[in-house]
Amino acid sequence: MRRSRPEKWSDYLPIAYPAAMLTAFFVVPFGIMVAVSFFERVQGGFYQPAFTLSNYARFLSVFFGEVLVFSLALAGAVSAICLIVGVPFTYRLTRLARRYQVAWLIVLLGVLSLSEVIIGFAWSTLLSRTAGLSNLFVAIGLMESPQAWSPGLGAVLTGLVYQAFPYTVLVLYPSFSRLNPALMEAARTLGASPLRGFLTVVLPAVRRTLVATFIIVFIFALGAYLLPQILGRPRHWTLSVLVTDQAIYQSNMPFAAAMAVFLVLASLLLVALAQLADRKEPAL
Amino acid sequence: MTGLELIDISKQFGPVTAVEDVNLSVPAGSFICLLGPSGCGKTTLLRIIAGLEDPTRGEIRLNGARLNDRPAHKRDFGMVFQSLALFPHLTVGENIAYPLKIRGRPAAQRQARVRELLDLVRLPGVEGRAITQLSGGQRQRVAIARALAVSPQLFLLDEPLSALDAKLREAMQVELRQLQQRLGVTTIVVTHDQREAMSMSDLIVVMSNGRIQQVARPIEMYRKPANPFVADFLGQANLLRARGRGADAEISGGKIPGLRLPSNGRAIVSIRPEDVAIGPSDAAPIRATVSFIREMGASVEIHLDAGDDRIIAVASPQSCPGCAVGDTVGLTIPASACVLFAETGT
Repeated sequence: MRRSRPEKWSDYLPIAYPAAMLTAFFVVPFGIMVAVSFFERVQGGFYQPAFTLSNYARFLSVFFGEVLVFSLALAGAVSAICLIVGVPFTYRLTRLARRYQVAWLIVLLGVLSLSEVIIGFAWSTLLSRTAGLSNLFVAIGLMESPQAWSPGLGAVLTGLVYQAFPYTVLVLYPSFSRLNPALMEAARTLGASPLRGFLTVVLPAVRRTLVATFIIVFIFALGAYLLPQILGRPRHWTLSVLVTDQAIYQSNMPFAAAMAVFLVLASLLLVALAQLADRKEPAL
Repeated sequence: MTGLELIDISKQFGPVTAVEDVNLSVPAGSFICLLGPSGCGKTTLLRIIAGLEDPTRGEIRLNGARLNDRPAHKRDFGMVFQSLALFPHLTVGENIAYPLKIRGRPAAQRQARVRELLDLVRLPGVEGRAITQLSGGQRQRVAIARALAVSPQLFLLDEPLSALDAKLREAMQVELRQLQQRLGVTTIVVTHDQREAMSMSDLIVVMSNGRIQQVARPIEMYRKPANPFVADFLGQANLLRARGRGADAEISGGKIPGLRLPSNGRAIVSIRPEDVAIGPSDAAPIRATVSFIREMGASVEIHLDAGDDRIIAVASPQSCPGCAVGDTVGLTIPASACVLFAETGT
């Protein structure tokens, strides 16, 4: 591979196309969004260029503060549940015979092909009082009478975890399947019970992947705006729902843009924190 | 009875029989090698002893007590894996202290033991290093130190030296044997390297197709192999078809004077290359043509065609009578050095 520095303008040609695409579809729209976040809203119209911080100042209200905290907590809970369920699941999956692994991965990829709307309404039905799972539990004698589990926080969490779980497994899978099975066996011959070996050897060996998975699922859940509306009550709405609400129904583009910028900043801050936390450990 | 006993051990993986009817007793304090080609079941047998696999049938006993139902983490054995399986997220010291930490030993005691073990494997002062900062030979020593940390009743090693280069491997063989003698720990090594098995062990167990072929002291096994497989696997052997009912046995290229075959007059004769003597062609009982010469430095290996047989002879360069490819020479095979096997399958 050639490693000399680019000298002529033609040396930049290979990256020109990706650079152009990135500029057209990411840098420009993001720039417009940042710019709009400083504009003024025109009552009954759209917006006009200006430089005002009032859109950001509106955040400082208790209402938006609470929504922000709820959104972060919800995303954190979804990531945590996905990891708690996904890590043992993926570990067991990578210990199965090849053909069972493939079958499981196809099922998980199948979930990814479902639209968010379908997932939302399917869970809304499954968790409803009239046609939901609780009728099944009544039938087999586990419950006294059918209950409505949706809308509610549990329903929102269920929907989001269901949607994020395939991503969790797919990000964890390569790491776990590359893990030397002898590590766990060594831990056992050295006196560690299977659970202790898993916690003290397997998890630390893949900790970078765990951090990466947490961040990916966290950002994914932070951007969810459809499932909280379908499966939750208004108090379960995330900042993303409010962004949609302001942008589409209230026609307040500048305020919506300011909230979106804020979400991006929160996500970036989290990634930076995770990187920092990882660097403190010895480099291996 | 002290030591390890394996009684009628078999292991099936689906339709495949990996280990079949293995009976073996390992005296306490001895050093034994499980030797065989890859796929012969030796690693599976070691994993059964370690508790990483359950035998399909049979019983394992240690000092008379049944081990079958005791899980791997309660057997208190030390095991060195082929990949070493050092924990990448821990330092050298933390790796060695891992089994001590699991058993709840206090920190001061752990540190003292780590230092003691690193001295034992002649690697002092590296406890703070990362595993990635060590060479292959150093990692090997760390893996050995970790396996010995709790003074195990049984020390198991799965192809421990296979990743090292030839020179280092020889040095480690000597060191491993000295270490074992100093500690007196019962040791079982799996290897496919017959030189390693010859030079290290008190007892060699040769396995093939899941079955034990022979258990014997190294030199005994070399001199008196139980069957053609063992003769050929442990060192080199010329396996020659012999015929004759009289005082001399006949092979394709000549005679072996004084060798009496069994009453049916047929047998396979096994003769070591160093026992084949080369001389002038006229008086010798076997005439052969030199087909290839391999200079090995300390010795010279001469490939010979004698009738339908190919015979390999090993001589010292001084005693080699300046023969060249194409020469006709005489061979003498002393009857006393021959081992006879019954002919099978023909």
